[in-house]
Amino acid sequence: MRRAQLLALQFLVAAVALTIWHVLTTHQFFGRYLLEPFFFSTPADVAARVVRWFREGTIWRHLVVTLSEVLLAFTIGSLAGVLVGFWFARKPFVAAVFDPYVKMINSLPRIVLAPIFTVWLGFGIWSKVALGVTLVFFIVFFNVYQGVKEVSPAVLANARMLGMNERQLLRHVYWPSALSWMFSSLHTSVGFAVVGAVVGEYLGAAAGLGYLIQQAEGIFDVAGVFAGIFVLGVFVIVIDAVVTLVERRLLAWRPVAAEARD
Amino acid sequence: MEASRPTGSEKVVSKTAPAMRLDGVGVAYRFEKGSYPAVERADLTVADGEFLSIVGPTGCGKSTLLNLAAGLIAPSEGRIEVLGQPLQGLNPSAGYLFQADALFPWKTALENVAIGLEVAGISPAEAHARARAWLARVGLSAFAGRYPHMLSGGQKKRVALAQVLIRDPKILLMDEPFGPLDAQTRQIMGNLLLDLWNADRKAVLFVTHDLEEAIALSDRVVVMSAGPNACIIGDWRISLPRPRDTADVRLEPAFHEIHREIWAKLKEEVSKTYTQAEEETA
Ligand SMILES: Nc1ncnc2c1ncn2[C@@H]1O[C@H](COP(=O)(O)OP(=O)(O)OP(=O)(O)O)[C@@H](O)[C@H]1O
Ligand SMILES: [Mg+2]
Repeated sequence: MRRAQLLALQFLVAAVALTIWHVLTTHQFFGRYLLEPFFFSTPADVAARVVRWFREGTIWRHLVVTLSEVLLAFTIGSLAGVLVGFWFARKPFVAAVFDPYVKMINSLPRIVLAPIFTVWLGFGIWSKVALGVTLVFFIVFFNVYQGVKEVSPAVLANARMLGMNERQLLRHVYWPSALSWMFSSLHTSVGFAVVGAVVGEYLGAAAGLGYLIQQAEGIFDVAGVFAGIFVLGVFVIVIDAVVTLVERRLLAWRPVAAEARD
Repeated sequence: MEASRPTGSEKVVSKTAPAMRLDGVGVAYRFEKGSYPAVERADLTVADGEFLSIVGPTGCGKSTLLNLAAGLIAPSEGRIEVLGQPLQGLNPSAGYLFQADALFPWKTALENVAIGLEVAGISPAEAHARARAWLARVGLSAFAGRYPHMLSGGQKKRVALAQVLIRDPKILLMDEPFGPLDAQTRQIMGNLLLDLWNADRKAVLFVTHDLEEAIALSDRVVVMSAGPNACIIGDWRISLPRPRDTADVRLEPAFHEIHREIWAKLKEEVSKTYTQAEEETA
């Protein structure tokens, strides 16, 4: 599939969806709106709202807050995940001791922790960062743990026969293997950092995209809700593109599926 | 064949000490539901500079024997000497070319070859320069920047060979190194190996399932019995003249004669493996 063709089709999907939304919310059929504009707003209203946010510059503050929460949650969660993942993988006994607690916390719906974090850390960014960290940590932790555990025995034996000591094994074998697993879950972990930030903001904050949406919802401003969702969607796509770029650079050694002919 | 057991602890490295000596060595693999005595009372001596091949039916314990020689597993009985010294832990004099793919997938061909020098404390610049020279020797100069997944099976084996040889090990352990390659590539690789070996005559322990290949390459061929309790049951000296071409040497009458002799022995063991398998399924 050629790139231009693909882009055109992707654009078409958006155009059709917007048109349907527009027609059903602005034209009456059988004497009534099929989609009540009060509940569904209209594409024009939403677009106008987004434009206004950017023209007046009120949106930037929220974007900056959410972005910093995402970056902090991702960084702290990843660092902790890498450290603990490495530690557990190299010390099976420690892993066995903590195993039930890891399972317990991981299967806990993290949202129940949000009120606790708010009580502990206040309405500022840190309670959202904490929520994001609890999500990112486990993704990274499990992947790094797996990465260290699943080093091919042949590669490991080869490394030892080539004269590597424990430190060199860590640097040349375990570390790259763990990183490759971690990077392969980069999209998921960044996605969870966003979820942590936005959900945290939604549940109680003074700024951020989640806060914006929650505020609009509070006064039945549906256009505001949709505009917030739209900005959030674009925000996520941009972050995802950056992650893809980073991933390509870091995982150059990994096979990519050969381009299939169509 | 019974070697006299050495008495006392002679720690002198004499010039005449064999490169490797396995003396009554046995290994039993333990697992949850019991244990499997893979190798028992295996005796094998590899002289300095000798090219020795091990052939035997599949699953008889050839890889096990090489892992013992490498020090990757410890024998449950018997003793192993390397250059006259008892082996403890990993064998530092050995380079090991594994049966499975063992290149570092996250390193380029050049980095894969250089790593053995780098971990030995040689500066990265020099290690890379010497790795380049080795890649040229195995005919892969143009592939220095490729990652293993971008190399063919034969190219990977050549990188692995350079990776092991760059450290200049006294003893070379090779486990079916050309196993998955096609017949022509095997012969090219065989000649390459003989060329490299001729340059400095390391002791080589070469495992293969291809008897012709074993004879074409080696000074000596030993046959392992079918497991369990596998040991060395036959030992032939191959006195074909060197230097050899691994393809041409197969046409000589002496080659056929020795092949017939060894094959007679090997065939017995191979058929044992299969009757055992049938009995187990019956
Ligand atoms: N970790 C293990 N646990 C239990 N049994 C094992 C283990 N490793 C090997 N074995 C058994 O020991 C025997 C010898 O294995 P080995 O890998 O040395 O065979 P091999 O001669 O190299 O075979 P092949 O020619 O197929 O590579 C086999 O029967 C195998 O099933
Ligand atoms: Mg084997």
